Amino acid sequence: MAHSFFGGVHPKGYKELTREAPIQPLEPKIVSIAMSQHIGAPCQPLVSVGERVLVGQKIADGQGLCAPIHASVSGTVVAIEKRYYPSGWLMPSIVIESDGRNTLHPGIQKRTSIEGLTAEELIAIIREAGITGMGGAGFPTSVKLSSGLGKVDTVLINGAECEPYITSDDRLMRETPERIIGGIRVVQQILKPKRTVIGVEKNKPEAIESMRKALKKEAELLPLKVRYPQGAEKQLIQAVTKRRVPPGGLPAAVGCAVFNVATCAAIYDAVFDGMPLVRRAVTVTGKAIKNPSNFSAPIGTLFEDLVEAAGGFVSDPYKIFVGGPMMGIAQHTLETSTIKGNNALTCLSVADKHEVDNPHCIRCGKCVDVCPMRLMPTMLYKAQTKGDLEQLEKGNLLDCIECGSCAYTCPAGIELVHSFRTGKKLLRDAQAKEAKK
Amino acid sequence: MKYPNLNLTLSSSPHSHSKNSTAVIMRDVCIALIPALIAAIWLFGPRALTMTVVSSASCVVFEWAYRNLMKKDQTVSDWSAVVTGMLVAFVCPVNLPMWTLVLGDFFAIVVVKQLFGGIGMNIVNPALAARAFMFSWPSLMSGNWISPLDGTTCATPMAALSEGTLPAESLLDLFLGKVGGSFGEVSALALILGGAYLLVRKVISARIPLAYLLTVAVLAFCFPVGGNARLDWMLYQLLSGGLMLGAIFMATDYTTSPVTHGGQIVFGIGCGVLTIALRYFGSYVEGVSYAILIMNCCVGFFDKIGIPKRFGLKKGGEAK
Repeated sequence: MAHSFFGGVHPKGYKELTREAPIQPLEPKIVSIAMSQHIGAPCQPLVSVGERVLVGQKIADGQGLCAPIHASVSGTVVAIEKRYYPSGWLMPSIVIESDGRNTLHPGIQKRTSIEGLTAEELIAIIREAGITGMGGAGFPTSVKLSSGLGKVDTVLINGAECEPYITSDDRLMRETPERIIGGIRVVQQILKPKRTVIGVEKNKPEAIESMRKALKKEAELLPLKVRYPQGAEKQLIQAVTKRRVPPGGLPAAVGCAVFNVATCAAIYDAVFDGMPLVRRAVTVTGKAIKNPSNFSAPIGTLFEDLVEAAGGFVSDPYKIFVGGPMMGIAQHTLETSTIKGNNALTCLSVADKHEVDNPHCIRCGKCVDVCPMRLMPTMLYKAQTKGDLEQLEKGNLLDCIECGSCAYTCPAGIELVHSFRTGKKLLRDAQAKEAKK
Repeated sequence: MKYPNLNLTLSSSPHSHSKNSTAVIMRDVCIALIPALIAAIWLFGPRALTMTVVSSASCVVFEWAYRNLMKKDQTVSDWSAVVTGMLVAFVCPVNLPMWTLVLGDFFAIVVVKQLFGGIGMNIVNPALAARAFMFSWPSLMSGNWISPLDGTTCATPMAALSEGTLPAESLLDLFLGKVGGSFGEVSALALILGGAYLLVRKVISARIPLAYLLTVAVLAFCFPVGGNARLDWMLYQLLSGGLMLGAIFMATDYTTSPVTHGGQIVFGIGCGVLTIALRYFGSYVEGVSYAILIMNCCVGFFDKIGIPKRFGLKKGGEAK
């Protein structure tokens, strides 16, 4: 039985735009692979301009909290330069011109069995394959696994996909459930959990059915209530296990580890096929897009190529963002390229415009009702506008997961998340200053 | 570049918003007040409608004029001035001179609401504060109650109750509103219908009205006055005066009530205790409006009581 989490909202899904669109391979002529695909230290290039590279060849790596990066197409490195990054700024990137042949690197070897491999050996394979969390935050998976060793009794597989518009995980569960389950078996061999639960929101009955058919008692399949943010890590843990991750803590603090379904599929590819993370499913959708689609796109595919492959625009795009409408990052150009955590590119048309005449808080308290972290957005907003850092800290602003439920529901249309991001920055800066003293 | 000249909007997430808006909420409150308005027209005649229209129009004009004169952004389209206007009219006797009503509207919009910063910023409920202000003319506000349907002068049920006797009217008359009183407050049935609409539309939650009404009911039941039967005394207390209007439409005013669930319940209980205390011990017969006004001033404190426990912490404050 799935329990529930605090608060939450019911945004309109718009998943019908792409839920019946199979994941189609996309072969762009050029890819631009950013040197930071994850949370942590950026990578340093291992190749130089003019060098020929093959699919799956390691082209960048780094030290510490880091995951290496591989060539996603075969071809020639034409530039190593700063290119636009989904966060809006510039990032050193390796630009590869594809030869269209997708020749595999000879180092890529299939493995028929993982029997006898130790946890450390498997973690090393996953690290070398450059796998990062594919649900959004992009935490290096090998680090999550090794820090969970001996601490985790429950593994949660996140197939909630609670963000509107996105169907890439849905399609993955429907099309290749055996890859996801194969990846789950690897995770189980590493962490040896007592319980493994796959959580899928009930609005994906075909995915639930497909996963159920492919499962052989490896894990429980748990249909979840359709409510945003069901797929947020802390909320998923709360809904499945009733445990609450302590402030500032990681899931391992309550004996849990959460992996996205796409991450599990990538683990399967890495361990059994020897294939590093070089492609991922990306939903290209929104009312401004002619043929909303799902693609299996090489990492580093330019957004303009995604849009073109989906038939281009039918109407002027008003807003384009990476990810879904609740937490997605707005883009100012289509010359940016995908990274490992990009599950969607959503293009809204002018018809989706939301305009507010009077952004005055009326103290309706709806934001307090919907906050899954039990914060008081109305109070934090007031403190932030006054620059009252003490109140922001007292109000536990840093607990905010930026899910957007408060701003979604606010009848006054106040940009609460924007305000909280600013407030968090102010708080962190002040704390850093304090630490220096 | 395949797609030049894109005119893209950049902003923080979320990029999707519920269709709810301040104007939609305020319009819903106006809709919820319509049953009580219809009851008032049936009971007291067309002047109830005239007063409601004049009062709403005055509030809109005062709001628009103030925001314009002070060069502030125009908020008149949010319908909140219409709500205030309707409520100011509803708490007046149907024979109140128009100049007093418009003066009350001016006080509500300009003094109570705008001087404190406009919508969302006022400390006390504008309509109730206007009522308190209009009581500067007590003979106009409560000197000459008109009996509904026949137009003769009469006493309100509250007058009897404050003497420790049960009113002459039946409970059914009170429920339907066939008693003397401010024209928008008399029909409990119409007000409850409006409240049900607000609940269904999720404009208000039941926390404040229920806590308020239950507190009044329990106190009246436990402490009947004048040797009256407990149940009768309790029901007359619940259906008399401005209690229904106050509990459903005034105490639930967002700006002047707590936002936390715990705070809302304590606030409702406080309103109930004060209402009974003022009705029993005050020299004026009615207690609802002053009870709510007093509680309005303590909202900040109640909000603090109700702050939810931090996510992931056990009771003692340590990590879970």
